[in-house]
Amino acid sequence: MASTIRVRATNTGDTTEVQALIQHPMDSGFIKDAKGETIPAHFIQQLTFEHNGKTVFLADWGPAVSKDPYVKFAFKGGAKGDELKISWVDNKGASDSTTAKIA
Amino acid sequence: MSTCQSPTRRLILQGAGAVALFGLGTLSFTPALAAANDKYPEDAFKQKSDADALKALYGKTAEASDKVKLDAPEIAENGAVVPIAVTTTLADVSSISFFVSENPNALAASYIIPAGTVPAVANRLKMAKTCNVIAIVESGGKLYSATKEVKVTVGGCGG
Repeated sequence: MASTIRVRATNTGDTTEVQALIQHPMDSGFIKDAKGETIPAHFIQQLTFEHNGKTVFLADWGPAVSKDPYVKFAFKGGAKGDELKISWVDNKGASDSTTAKIA
Repeated sequence: MSTCQSPTRRLILQGAGAVALFGLGTLSFTPALAAANDKYPEDAFKQKSDADALKALYGKTAEASDKVKLDAPEIAENGAVVPIAVTTTLADVSSISFFVSENPNALAASYIIPAGTVPAVANRLKMAKTCNVIAIVESGGKLYSATKEVKVTVGGCGG
C-alpha cells in the first residue's frame, strides 16, 4: 500500500527544509454524519522526524489540525542523500512511517 | 524545558509518587533528550479554554512579545483549513504551540523544537468560528506569545 506520508526535504546549504503532507481523516469527534450520528474522533497524535537517529522535530497534534495535515519546518544540518525518517501514530493506535532522501 | 513536564507536573500536584519521580528525572535532561522521550500531552489537549490548556501544557503563563511573528490570514473562508505559521527571532527555543481560543478544545498543536532545528513552523488548523489564534514560543524556559484574530466565514467544526 502506498504510504500515507508524502515528504519533500530540500537541503539549502546550512539548513534542510522539510515539508510533509499526510493522508489522514483527522476527525475531531464533534462532527455528525448524514444520519446524525457523531463521527468518532480519529486523529494523529504524534508525528516524529528523525535524522541520523536524532529527533529533529516532534509534533503533538490534537483534532484541531486540518484533515490531510501539512507541516513545514527546517533544521540545521542534513546533506543531500541523507535519510529522513518520518513516523506518526494516531489516537486509535494506528501508525505509519516512511523514509525520504534529502534532495 | 519542554512540554512533556507539564502533564507530569500536574500529576505531582495530585500526589502520584511514581510519576512524580519520573517527572523529576526528566527535569535534568537536555532539550534533545527530553524531546526524544516526549509523551503526548493528553491532558492539555482536553482543556477547553486557552488559559487552562496553557497551564496544563507548560504550567506557567506567557507574555506577549513582538519577537514572535504569527502569520495567519485576516479572513479565513474555510475554517476547516486555516494556514497558520509562526516564526521567531528568539534564541534557545524548545517548543512552539498553537491555540485557537474558541475551539471546543483550545490547544490545536504543539511542536517540540530540539536544538539545531529552526524555530519556525507552518501548519493548517481548523477553526470553529472567528476568534483569536495564539502562538506560544518557549524560549529559555520562558513563554512568549503572539495573538491574532482570524475571521472565519464557514466554521471548521460544523455538521
